[in-house]
Amino acid sequence: MSQASNPTQQRTFAQQIRKNYIGWLFIILSVLGISLFYFYPMVQALLLSLQSGMGSTLEYVGLDNYVRLFNDPTFITALTNTILYLLIQVPVMIVLALIFSVLLNDPTLKFKGFFRTAIFLPAVTSLVAYAVIFKYLFGNDGLVNDFLLSMNLISQPLNWLSDPFLAKITIIIAITWRWTGYNMIFYLSALQNVDKSMYEAAKIDGASAVQQFFFITIPLLKPIILFTSIVSTIGTLQLFDEVMNITSGGPGNATMTISMYIYNLSFEYTPDFGYAATVSYVILILVVILSFIQFKVAGDRD
Amino acid sequence: MKQLKRVFTYLFLSVAAIVSIFPFLWMLVSMTNKSVDVTAGRLIPGTHFIENLNNLLDQTQIGTALWNSFLIAVITTVLTLLIGSLAGYGFEIYRSKGKDIVFNILILSMMIPFAAIMIPLYRLFGQISADAPLIGLDTLAAAFLPTIITAFFIFFFRQNTKMFARELVEAGRIDGLSEWGIFFRIYMPTMKTTYAAAAIIAFMNSWNNYLWPLVVLQSPNKQTIPLLISNLGAGYTPDYGVIMTAIVIATLPTALVFFLMQRHFVAGMMGSVKG
Repeated sequence: MSQASNPTQQRTFAQQIRKNYIGWLFIILSVLGISLFYFYPMVQALLLSLQSGMGSTLEYVGLDNYVRLFNDPTFITALTNTILYLLIQVPVMIVLALIFSVLLNDPTLKFKGFFRTAIFLPAVTSLVAYAVIFKYLFGNDGLVNDFLLSMNLISQPLNWLSDPFLAKITIIIAITWRWTGYNMIFYLSALQNVDKSMYEAAKIDGASAVQQFFFITIPLLKPIILFTSIVSTIGTLQLFDEVMNITSGGPGNATMTISMYIYNLSFEYTPDFGYAATVSYVILILVVILSFIQFKVAGDRD
Repeated sequence: MKQLKRVFTYLFLSVAAIVSIFPFLWMLVSMTNKSVDVTAGRLIPGTHFIENLNNLLDQTQIGTALWNSFLIAVITTVLTLLIGSLAGYGFEIYRSKGKDIVFNILILSMMIPFAAIMIPLYRLFGQISADAPLIGLDTLAAAFLPTIITAFFIFFFRQNTKMFARELVEAGRIDGLSEWGIFFRIYMPTMKTTYAAAAIIAFMNSWNNYLWPLVVLQSPNKQTIPLLISNLGAGYTPDYGVIMTAIVIATLPTALVFFLMQRHFVAGMMGSVKG
C-alpha cells in the first residue's frame, strides 16, 4: 500500500515544486520592473539628496540640502500651496462626488444615464488639454468673467490668473472639475453592491434621507472613501500638469507646487539634481505620513 | 416638500452637468471659429474649421505627434496588460507566504510619487543612452518603459482574478494544458471584461501622460500630443481657433475609447471594487 502510493506522492511533490517555480515566473517581470523603475530610483534619489552641484559634477555635502530646505522661501511657498490645495480640494471633491453618487443611485430618478455620463465626462480629458482650456476660460476677457459680468455678480473683470489668491482658486476649481466625476464612479459602483433592504428597514424605522446617508451610506462606503482619498491625496501632492499649463506657477510663485519646483530645479534653472532630489523626498515623506493618518482616521481593519 | 426636494435635485444635477459639459461644447464651437471670435467669447459655430485645421497642419507637426502618442499608447497598453495580468494571476493562483510578502512590497511602490523618482530615472536613461541608443533619452521607448509595469495593474488584475473560477485551472491541468497554456487559452479569454477595463485606463494614462515625456523627449519630431498642446498654449500670440482644433483632436481618441467600451469599464471596475 505504502509502496504503491509513494511514487504518486513524490510526483505530486515534484509537481508542487514545478508549479511553485512557474508561479514565480509569472511575477518575475513585474518584480524586476518595479525594482528597476521604482525602488532603485528611490535609493538613488536618497543618495542624490546628499549631494550638491551644478549639472553632472556632484559632490557629497551631507545634510546641507536638507538644511537649505528650511531657508528656501520658494520651497516653503511651494509646500504651503501644495498643502493648501490638498486641504481644500480633496474634501470638497469627495463630498461632491458622494452627493452626486447618492443622488444618481436613486432608482426613481430620470435621465440618470445622461447625468452620470455628463458628470464623468471631464475625466476623459487630458490634463494638459483641459488646463489650456481653463486658462482661456479664466482669462481676463474669458468666458467666466463674461458670464459673471452679465449676471451682474461682479462690476469689473476679475484677475483670475494674475491675482495670487484667485489664481489658487482657479487651480482648485480646475482640479475639482476634472476629478469629481472620476471619484463618483467608484462610489456609484460601490453603492450598487449595497443591500437595498437596509435602506428599507431604516425607512420603516423612520430614518430621514440625511440620517440614512450618515448612518448607512457613509459607513458602508468607508473602505472606498479611504481608497479615493488616499489616491486623491497622492495625486494632489504631485500636482504638476495643471499648474504648469494654467499659471506656470505664477503670479510670482503663488500657485507653485512641489512637483513644479522640482521640475524647475532640474530643468529650468541651473540644474541642481541633488537639491531637487531633496525636495522630491519631501513629497515622498508627505505621502507616507498622510496615507498613514488616513488609515488611522478611517480605523480600517486591514 | 417631496416635490420641492425633487426639483432641487434636478436643478443641482443639471447645473453640475452643464458645468461639466460646457468646456467641451466651447472647444467644439471654438474649433470652427476665428481666433478673435474665440477670445470674444462667441458661442455660435462658425465656418473656419477647415482653415483652422489647415493652419494646424501647416504650423505644427500634429501628424507626427499623433502617431508618436498612438504608438506609445498602443505599445504601453499591450505590455501593461500582459505583464500586469501575468503578475496578478501569478500572485492569486500560485499563493505562498513568500509571494504575499513580495506582493506587499510591490504595492508599496504605489506610494512613490513620480516626482520623487523622476531625476534618478532621467539620469538612468541618460547613462544608457550611449550604450543603448534605442532606449536612451529622447526615444519613444524611454517615454513608455517606466510606465508599463505598475503596482496598480498588478493589484487590479489580482483583485479581478479572485472572481476567476479555480476549477478552470484544474480542468485545464487535467486536459494536459501547460501552466502557460491555462493562462493564455483559458484565463485570458475568460477575463475579457477585466482586460477591457484595464485597457481603457492604460490607454488613457499613456495618451495623456505629460511630465515624463516632457522630461525625456526633446526633439520636435518626438513630441507627443500633450507636449504639442502645451507648447501651442504657451505661445505669445496664440491662434485660439487652431489650439482648440488641436485640443479636440487630442481628446477624441480617449473619449471614443471610453464611450465605445463604457459598459466593460463599469463592469470591470465593479470587480476590483468588490474586493
